[in-house]
Amino acid sequence: MAQVIYDHVTKRFDGVIAVNDLTLEVKDGEFLVLVGPSGCGKTTALRCLAGLEEVSSGDIIIGDRVVTHIPPKDRDIAMVFQNYALYPHMTVYENMAFGLKLRKMPKQEIDRRVKEVAEMLGIQDLLNRKPRQLSGGQRQRVALGRAIVREPQVFLMDEPLSNLDAKLRVQTRGELIKLQRRLGVTTIYVTHDQVEAMTMGHRIAVMNQGVLQQLDTPENLYDHPANLFVATFIGSPAMNIFPARVVTGEGAVRLVAGDVTLESPAEQRGRLAEYANREVLVGIRPEDLIVQPGQVGEDRHLRLPVEIVEPLGSETLVHLRGPVGTLIAKADPHVHFSPGELASVRVKIEHLHAFDPQTELALF
Amino acid sequence: MTTAPAGTVRQVMSFRLRDRVRHWLDSEPVLAYLFMSPGWLILLLFMSYPFFLGIWISLTDRTVGLPSGEFVGLRNYTELFRDRTFHLTVINTFIYGFVTVPFKLFLGLLLALLLNQAFPMRNVLRAALLLPWIVPTALSSLAWLMLYDAVLSPFSWLLKNWGLIESNIAFLGTRTNAIISLCIANIWRGTPFFAVAILAGLQAVPQELHEAAAIEGANRVQRFFAVTLPVIKGIVVITTLFSIIWTFADFQLVYVLTKGGPANSTHIFGTYAWQIGIGGAGKLGIGAAISLYMFPVLAVLSAILLRYVRSQEA
Ligand SMILES: Nc1ncnc2c1ncn2[C@@H]1O[C@H](COP(=O)(O)OP(=O)(O)O)[C@@H](O)[C@H]1O
Ligand SMILES: [Mg+2]
Repeated sequence: MAQVIYDHVTKRFDGVIAVNDLTLEVKDGEFLVLVGPSGCGKTTALRCLAGLEEVSSGDIIIGDRVVTHIPPKDRDIAMVFQNYALYPHMTVYENMAFGLKLRKMPKQEIDRRVKEVAEMLGIQDLLNRKPRQLSGGQRQRVALGRAIVREPQVFLMDEPLSNLDAKLRVQTRGELIKLQRRLGVTTIYVTHDQVEAMTMGHRIAVMNQGVLQQLDTPENLYDHPANLFVATFIGSPAMNIFPARVVTGEGAVRLVAGDVTLESPAEQRGRLAEYANREVLVGIRPEDLIVQPGQVGEDRHLRLPVEIVEPLGSETLVHLRGPVGTLIAKADPHVHFSPGELASVRVKIEHLHAFDPQTELALF
Repeated sequence: MTTAPAGTVRQVMSFRLRDRVRHWLDSEPVLAYLFMSPGWLILLLFMSYPFFLGIWISLTDRTVGLPSGEFVGLRNYTELFRDRTFHLTVINTFIYGFVTVPFKLFLGLLLALLLNQAFPMRNVLRAALLLPWIVPTALSSLAWLMLYDAVLSPFSWLLKNWGLIESNIAFLGTRTNAIISLCIANIWRGTPFFAVAILAGLQAVPQELHEAAAIEGANRVQRFFAVTLPVIKGIVVITTLFSIIWTFADFQLVYVLTKGGPANSTHIFGTYAWQIGIGGAGKLGIGAAISLYMFPVLAVLSAILLRYVRSQEA
């Protein structure tokens, strides 16, 4: 077990900067999720750590060793590939034993380890099968088992669940979390799925276009996104964003968007006042818009027309025509909304976010 | 109750017939045979007929120019037992067919592994590699004939220039030399086939497997045996068997380079059959018998090949 450090790592492919000055510290035993949209450089970052790609600049440290120029086999890591990369002509047993054999481990020890891990993963009955005789979920387990038997310092996983169907994915997600907590091995897990990221990681590193955007716990990422990208990437449906003008006067700071005026959160007045008479981007999560059908509610509630209603079972998404563009609100699934009617909307002012329109950095 | 008019009944019946034909055509075995029949016909016409005619001729004393011969039973076959040239021919064919193959396989594998690496002009080189195999053998053999020339051989010239030999090498002058020369030309011609087939196989090896193995601690050699070889094994076996069969049944290279000489010591089945049957004596019966002696070997090899291909399909 070991910590992992990316120290100003940059990886260029002729013309493309896949990873741009990545500095990141993964703690010993931590489950770190690397998340971001497709093509943002997650896989490349992972492959640099594995030694499958030579970094263009910067250093990679595993444990207390600088491994930047050390070949993959000497980095003491195990990788689970998206397509599993099981050796097709070897049985499950041989697949799991391969790495141990290469290390000249005694036969009995190999046997003991393979069987123990197979038991742990519930694949002990599949040991004599070839990969093509296995289902997707079983292959995934074998790939995992092959990584675990080696008892490496670090697990690297590149979208290991993306080839499973939705139900199995959720189930395996849970098992993987339990397994990692139990083994306590430092794990770096790549996914483009923000739900996976939120549920699995101790901490999450959000990447975009090769640049690390924010590294934080799931809660902090959700409640205090560092910039507009993280705010809209994390959370489903995405945070509502609209421009508003900052108006000061009469001892109050207000946000004005169209014919809607919102009070500034009390503790953010000072921060917002710096933007007096300028525009900021206001963000509000769908669950922080409390909607009720009709005209009920207090005067200070907004009255917005309902555009679309999406009942999802556990909740209902109500699309409202906001002052600037559409606002999505999460509503109680048992309350009925009809498109075209007005809804009364209370904004949880204390949960407002605001972003600088130029830098897109969060003001709060 | 109403009775249907006669026309409707007829219609219904013809419907049934059409349905039946359609149903019959829907059945996979029927359709399969139907589609195979043109191929079968061509095979019957151009392969089976000459084959059985050959067997018949080998049982007669037929000669070129005469309309037909007498039935002589197995005499042609037994006579060959006593023919020293035929003994040599058998030995030569086996040397030619089996000794060259390991070289072709090894060189082909090496070339394929090299050409599978990334380097500039790779595609040009890959295309060039195929040349020996695309150029008609009759033509490339002529080039070899020049290279092996007793007087003008550039090989001899080079070696003499470097002071390694005193006088020209008689590449085709003695049996041993001629057979080695033939084998070298054969290896030159056959290697590209191995290289291309294996290269295709190498490209089917997923890069991820190599990476997984590299992370697990396998070096290049270990990766070759653990990841590459199992994937290309089938291709190697099939290519090897094909190559043996083709070399066994070769004619052109030997015919152009030595015509079986010196002193009939480098014949293989094809050239000796031609010489006895058509070229010199015109003894069609014996010629046919010689080529039919190839049959058991080729049949066994083909059977192995087919079995192997089937086992891979399963
Ligand atoms: N071997 C490569 N050669 C050239 N460009 C590459 C290579 N691998 C990745 N890239 C580029 O680097 C960027 C990041 O890719 P990748 O790390 O695979 O993203 P992700 O895994 O986040 O989807 C992409 O623009 C991709 O096109
Ligand atoms: Mg990827």
